[in-house]
Amino acid sequence: MLKNFGDALKSAFRKIANAPFIDKSLIKEVVRDIQRALIAGDVNVKLVLEVSKRIERRALEEKPLPGMSNREHVLRILHEELASILGKGRELPLKKQRIMMVGLYGQGKTTTCGKLAKLFQKKGMKVALIAGDVHRPAAYEQLKQIAESINVPVYGGGKTAEKTVKEGLEKFSKYDVIIIDTAGRHALEDDLIKEMKNVAKIANPDEKILVIDASVGQQAGKQAKAFNDAIGITGVILTKMDGTAKGGGALSAVAETGAPIVYIGVGEHMEDLEKFDATRFLSRLLGMGDLQSLLEKAEEAAKGKEKKVEEAAKKMLSGRFTLLDMYEQMELLSGMGPFQKLADLLPLGGKLRDEDVQATQERLKKFRVIMDSMTRKELENPAIIKSSHIKRIARGAGVETRDVKELIKYYNTSKKMMKSLSNKRMQRKLMKQLGMKI
Amino acid sequence: MFRFLRRKIRETEEAIEKEAESEVKEKKGVLGIGEKKLDELLWQLEMALLESDVALEVVEEIKREVKKNLLGMSRKEAKEAVERALKEAISNILKQSEGDFFSQVEKAEKPYVIMFVGVNGSGKTTAIAKLAHMLKKKGYSCVIAAGDTFRAGAIEQLERHAKNLDIKLIKHDFGADPAAVAYDAIEHAKARHKDFVLIDTAGRMQTNINLMEEMRKIKRVANPDMIIFVGDALTGNDAIEQARRFNEVVGIDGVILTKVDTDAKGGAALSIAYAIKKPLYFIGVGQDYDDQIPFRADWMMERIFGED
Repeated sequence: MLKNFGDALKSAFRKIANAPFIDKSLIKEVVRDIQRALIAGDVNVKLVLEVSKRIERRALEEKPLPGMSNREHVLRILHEELASILGKGRELPLKKQRIMMVGLYGQGKTTTCGKLAKLFQKKGMKVALIAGDVHRPAAYEQLKQIAESINVPVYGGGKTAEKTVKEGLEKFSKYDVIIIDTAGRHALEDDLIKEMKNVAKIANPDEKILVIDASVGQQAGKQAKAFNDAIGITGVILTKMDGTAKGGGALSAVAETGAPIVYIGVGEHMEDLEKFDATRFLSRLLGMGDLQSLLEKAEEAAKGKEKKVEEAAKKMLSGRFTLLDMYEQMELLSGMGPFQKLADLLPLGGKLRDEDVQATQERLKKFRVIMDSMTRKELENPAIIKSSHIKRIARGAGVETRDVKELIKYYNTSKKMMKSLSNKRMQRKLMKQLGMKI
Repeated sequence: MFRFLRRKIRETEEAIEKEAESEVKEKKGVLGIGEKKLDELLWQLEMALLESDVALEVVEEIKREVKKNLLGMSRKEAKEAVERALKEAISNILKQSEGDFFSQVEKAEKPYVIMFVGVNGSGKTTAIAKLAHMLKKKGYSCVIAAGDTFRAGAIEQLERHAKNLDIKLIKHDFGADPAAVAYDAIEHAKARHKDFVLIDTAGRMQTNINLMEEMRKIKRVANPDMIIFVGDALTGNDAIEQARRFNEVVGIDGVILTKVDTDAKGGAALSIAYAIKKPLYFIGVGQDYDDQIPFRADWMMERIFGED
C-alpha cells in the first residue's frame, strides 16, 4: 500500500503544481485525490471527509504565503490539518506510575508490555509486570518469558484478572513502574468490558494505554472510542509499524479518544519501541521522505562521526563520488541500524522505497567484503578496474567475478543518482541541517 | 457485514435519479451518462466500500466493472441497473474465493499436512485449535506441530489448546528449528496413522525477508498438502499486500479470516479474494472452539445485500 498511497498523493500534487492558479474545480479534484489516498492509508472515511472539507475551504480562502508554490500551499494546509489531529506527541513521564495496557486481540499488547518495561528499565527505573490476561491460553507464560528475557519480575497465574492485579500490586508496591497486561477484547463483549473496568478500578492506573496494530482499518476509531468510553484512554501505542501498513487507523483512534500516540513498535525485539514523532509519522503516511529524521538519526548514531557525516554530505553534494565515498557512506549508514528504516527517511523521491531494502542491505554487506579486497587506488578511481583487477579482487574476497561487476555497476548507478540529487533547495536544506556554510 | 451498503445503494440510486431530472430539464434529449458524471454518482458507493475496509485497489476494480455496465445508459436505466451491476462485480470477486475445505481434504491421502502462515497477531494458533476441534468432531485424528518457536509463550499456548482438545502436540524447545518440529510431527503422524498434521508457524511481517525465507524453508521440509493464510478481518488496506506477499513466497492454497465477530465489516474478505483468488475456507466468529464456520460466498452476498 505504501506505494499506492504515495503515488496517489504525488499525482494529486502534480496536478496542482502544473496549474497556473488554484481554482475551485482544481482544488475539488485534488481534495478528492487526497481523500482517496488517506483512505488507502486506513484513515477513517468520516474523518477524511471532515478534514478534506477543511482543507478545501482553507486552500481557497487562504492566500499562499509569499514564495510558496501552489503545491506547497496545499501541502502545508494538509500537513497542518493532520498534525492538529495528532496533536503534540508525548512520551510517558519518568516517574513512579502504574500503566494499564488494553486493546483488541492480536494487536501486540503483551509484547509491547515487555518493550515498555525495557524502556523504563533502561532509564534506570525499577519495573515490574502483571499478567492480567487470564483468558488467552498461556498469556501468562508469554509475559513470563518476555519478563525473563529482559530481567524484570512478573506476577500472574491467578484465577481472575481482578485478583491477579490486586495481588500483583501488593507484591510490587516498592517498584517504580508497574505495567499491567490485560486480555484482548473487542468493544462488544460485555463481560470483558466489565472485567476491564474492574481492573481499572482496582489498579487506578496513571496511564491507560490503547495498543493498536498499524494495519487495522476502518474499525480503529470505533474500537478506540469504545475503550475510551469504558475506562478513558491516556495514550496510544501503534504497533507493527515495521510492516507495509501506513497506520492511518491510529489517526482515527487519536481523533476519537483525544489521547496522543506515545510510542510506535517497529520490530520483534524488545528494543524496537520508538518515540512517536508526528512529523515523521505524517511523512510516512503521505509517502514523502523525511529528511529531518534522517539527519537526527545520523547525528544520534554517528555521534563522534559528525565530522565524517558532514564530509560525506559535502562530497555527496560536490558531485565527486568515488567507491571510497560510497564505502564510507555505507559504513556510516550501517552504524545507524537497519538500512530499511533509514531508506524510508531518505529524500530521494521514493526511489529507494521501491526497492527491496532488506535485500539491498544484504547486498551491501557483500559489497563491503569485495571492497576490502580492493587497493586504495582502485577505490579512489574505479574507472581503472579492468578484468584482470576484477579477477584478483574476486579471488581475494572469495566471491564470483560477476559479484565484483555487480558492485561496479551499482557504483555507477549510485553515482548517477548522486548527480541527479541536484535539487538546490534540498541541498540547501541538507547543508543547513548539518550547520554547513552554503 | 456491509449493512450500511444497502443504504448507500439507495442514496446512489437517488442521486442518479435526481441527476436525471435536472439533466432532462436542461438538455431535453438525453444521450446517456458520461464517464465523469458516473464517477461523481458512484462516489458514495465507493466511499461505502472503503468504509467497509475493502482495499482501495479492489474498490477501483469494482467501480470499473460497475461503470462498464452503466456507461451510456439513460439515467433511468442506470438507476435500475446500479444495484445489479454492483452485485455482479462483488459476486465475481467472491466467487474466486469459493471452495469447500472438506471436499478438498476428505479423499486426499493421509496424513494430510496443513501449514498455517500469517502476520503477527492474526490468530493462527487459535485458528489451528478451532480447526483441530472441527476435524476431531468429524472423526479425524490430528497432530499439531508447535512450529512457532520464536514468540514467547506460543508453544505453551498450543499446549493448553492441545490439552483442552485432547490432541497430540509435537514440540521442541523455544528457539528450535521450526522445520524440524514440522518434520517430527509428520513422522509421528505417519507412524501412528494420524489423518491430519497442522503446522503452526511464527507470525511474521511480510516485509521481513529473513523470516519469509525461513517460512519457505519450513515449506520445503514439510512439503505440506495445503498452506492456509490466516488473515485478520480488522485489517484495512494492508490485507491485500499481506496476502499477495505470502502468496508470492510460499503459495497460498486457502484462507481463514479471523475476528469477523469484532464488528469488522469484512471488506478484508473481498480484498484477499481479489488479491490471491484462493478459497476462503473458514471465518472466525468468536472465542469458543466452535466459533469457526465455513465461509460461503452466497451467505456473504446475502449479508451484504439482504434486507435487514
